[in-house]
Amino acid sequence: MHSLNYHKASNASEAARLLSGTEDGKFLAGGQTLIPAMKTRLAAPSDLVDVSGAADLRGITVSGREVRIGAATTHAEVAADDALRKVCPSICDMAANIGDPAVRHRGTIGGSIANNDPAADYPAAMLALGATIKTASREIAADEFFVGLFETALEDDELITSIGFTAPAAGAYAKFPNPASRYAMCGVFVARGDDGVRVGVTGASADGAFRAGDLEAALDGAFSVDALDGISVNAEEMLSDIHGDGVYRANLVSVMAKRAVAAVS
Amino acid sequence: MSTVSMTVNGKAVSADVEGRTLLVDYIREHLRLTGTHVGCDTSQCGTCVVHVDGKAVKSCTMLAAAAEGAEVTTIEGVANGDLHPMQKAFNDNHGLQCGFCTPGMIMSGIDMVNRYKAEGRQLDEAAIRHELEGNICRCTGYHNIVKSIAQAASEM
Repeated sequence: MHSLNYHKASNASEAARLLSGTEDGKFLAGGQTLIPAMKTRLAAPSDLVDVSGAADLRGITVSGREVRIGAATTHAEVAADDALRKVCPSICDMAANIGDPAVRHRGTIGGSIANNDPAADYPAAMLALGATIKTASREIAADEFFVGLFETALEDDELITSIGFTAPAAGAYAKFPNPASRYAMCGVFVARGDDGVRVGVTGASADGAFRAGDLEAALDGAFSVDALDGISVNAEEMLSDIHGDGVYRANLVSVMAKRAVAAVS
Repeated sequence: MSTVSMTVNGKAVSADVEGRTLLVDYIREHLRLTGTHVGCDTSQCGTCVVHVDGKAVKSCTMLAAAAEGAEVTTIEGVANGDLHPMQKAFNDNHGLQCGFCTPGMIMSGIDMVNRYKAEGRQLDEAAIRHELEGNICRCTGYHNIVKSIAQAASEM
């Protein structure tokens, strides 16, 4: 790892101020992706501004069906939050299966979303839940946020402060982990809300998380496993690598979607 | 370089380290507590697991500076005169062979038992195996490790 200057921020505005004074600084949340990336020198920031202890970035509030999750809230906190589980158990269950217990104690929802790893779980959830990603200056709809592989709508110095969404009437996430790395080869989040069904997919596409329109249309017609028979995504747009080709991954999308629907219907 | 202070195994400690210094290097190189191991250095294997403010973390994937002011417990800090029930259970059940992964297994084991007890959940065999996803053993195999954690869970 290259040498760096470490700064600790106690709140979001201090974090922004600290970053603005750096040459090529980055925000550090749980560090479960950024630190490994720095060890291999894929990332070499001049400075790190640690936001993991920023009080105004932490915590979960549930008001009716409206959910707000602070960006520096850990996966373990999302998994174990009773109020959140009452209105949206699917996101708690999803968070409980990210990485491993030690990773979940450090990794954060904001960090996962800002990184937009094509195999990360949260982006699929954000798309399916129709979440709004909030920063200090604006609100970005999940549909506009995830731009491509490791790319988001965030500016370089823009910090996610929280995530908001309306809990769906029903939802579930089904993941097919790579047997070795345990990252999602395909993860499908299905949410059935007031405005219809939304399906978010991670791990399968070469362009990162996406919404599966054909699956949504089929489930809007009838919310059942059978409704998905013969419905999938374009195999040519799926990732092809040593772990599985596009046809295999397209089939996984269909199978994981069926498992998610089966879990809630 | 800056001074990073924390409490490790109940003792106040302090060292001048670089911003990039990992918590595991602070523990091993500066405090000379070498029970915490570095296996993969890529947050996969879990030999570096310690508790930070009561929660298991991979100390190879956390900066020392981020633990400023924290309460850290390493494998050297779990025994209180006698062996900790988790250590004794690994001994009773032949839960180790070469022993390299054992400090991390024990720290993860204690963490999972504490969490499940606090949440009133049953730590059965399937739960132990799922909880061990981030700890890799390459020689003993997991059967006796799972048995060890199950025994300790009944005694803790």
